[in-house]
Amino acid sequence: MPSIQDLRRRVRAVKNMRQITKAMKMVAAARLRRAQERVTAARPYTAKMMQILGDAAHRTVDYRDPLLTGHERDQAAGRIILALVTADKGLCGAFNTNLIKTTQDYLRTHTGVEVDLVLIGRKGVDVFRRRPVNIRREHIGVTGTGKVALSDVTALTRQLIDDYLSDERPVDAVFILYNEFKSALSQQPVVEQLLPIRRLALGDSNDDAGGSKEAAGESLTDYLYEQPATQIFTELLPKLVENQVYHALLESVASELGARMTAMESASKNANDVIERLTLNMNRVRQARITREIIEVVSGAEAL
Amino acid sequence: MADKLNLEIITPERRVFSEAVEEVVVPGLDGELGILPQHTPLISQLKTGLLTYRQGSDRQSIHVSGGFVEVLPDRVSVLSDVAERPEEIDVERARRARERAEKRLSGQGLAGDGDDIDFRRAELKLQRAMIRIQLAGRE
Repeated sequence: MPSIQDLRRRVRAVKNMRQITKAMKMVAAARLRRAQERVTAARPYTAKMMQILGDAAHRTVDYRDPLLTGHERDQAAGRIILALVTADKGLCGAFNTNLIKTTQDYLRTHTGVEVDLVLIGRKGVDVFRRRPVNIRREHIGVTGTGKVALSDVTALTRQLIDDYLSDERPVDAVFILYNEFKSALSQQPVVEQLLPIRRLALGDSNDDAGGSKEAAGESLTDYLYEQPATQIFTELLPKLVENQVYHALLESVASELGARMTAMESASKNANDVIERLTLNMNRVRQARITREIIEVVSGAEAL
Repeated sequence: MADKLNLEIITPERRVFSEAVEEVVVPGLDGELGILPQHTPLISQLKTGLLTYRQGSDRQSIHVSGGFVEVLPDRVSVLSDVAERPEEIDVERARRARERAEKRLSGQGLAGDGDDIDFRRAELKLQRAMIRIQLAGRE
């Protein structure tokens, strides 16, 4: 049986842990709120861009760009890129595990094509370095602080677009896998196609939370174009991809913080349970000792 | 009849500005564009430069870099990668950026035109830094 000292020490240790998990939960909750605000703040830009692009698309019949319409190679390259967005840190429940599992399922089900990975986040790097997979690039520290710097996104996207356009190690498409933010309690790993651009179906703005007035009537406005519409298009397409990557990273950060908050919450709860059990145990041991001492005293007295 | 324009400046990160103004001058790719209310609908690319707007007799400038402007009779929407008000600009940082860019440009000049993209990038950086310094210095 453990001594009272041992038990007391253990209770103290668990209490310390509880303090840490509670603090982490609080930090995650505060950051989560800001991360969600950032997701909302990014919406007007997306909405506006989709609107301008939609209008420009009307005027650019027969526009061909590998970014939009895909490569026109004689033969498909049989290779794709999957950008995996994981967290840099752990202690966030099944957040990273789910992503990695999804990636492995993805690799398993896509046997016909070669999949090159671009790993964003330390956790993904840690796992896939030790696996027999093709890793094209690793990015660490992009989502580390709970913020996403736009300059990082621009650089990252430029590299992805270069990869896609390059003939050196040709690829047919680029996908991104990240955790979509459902609520603080649940995240959903999703795969989205980055290139060739998919979401530019005309008049289809799946992200138009920004403006309610931007109805169908406005897309018919007869704009004067200072530059040819095609030029606007060429300029905007990479930005569209960038925007999608940015959105994915923001969602991922929000999900990570949500997952961490939930994980730390249940860790704190577990710590409470353990403390309760240990305290009960400790009291029992102490009571047993007292009883034993009394018995010893009483039987000693009787013996006289 | 509306005699005001609703000027909106949006970056990928947030909505920087949204207010009624009477006049806007934006740095269009092919030259400055002055916009008054009831302007015909227009779309133009922007270059790095100063966007100036007027509210009554008050004139203010905002530094924008790249992106687009969409003009409607009662509204001007600017989509830019960067948009900073004068008071937000870190002059020290801009100075350092200017020095760095200048150094790189002169270094590259000797090395020949091997790395064209880097050269252009440094040039753009220099341009941005100078506009920032100019804008912040105005106060």
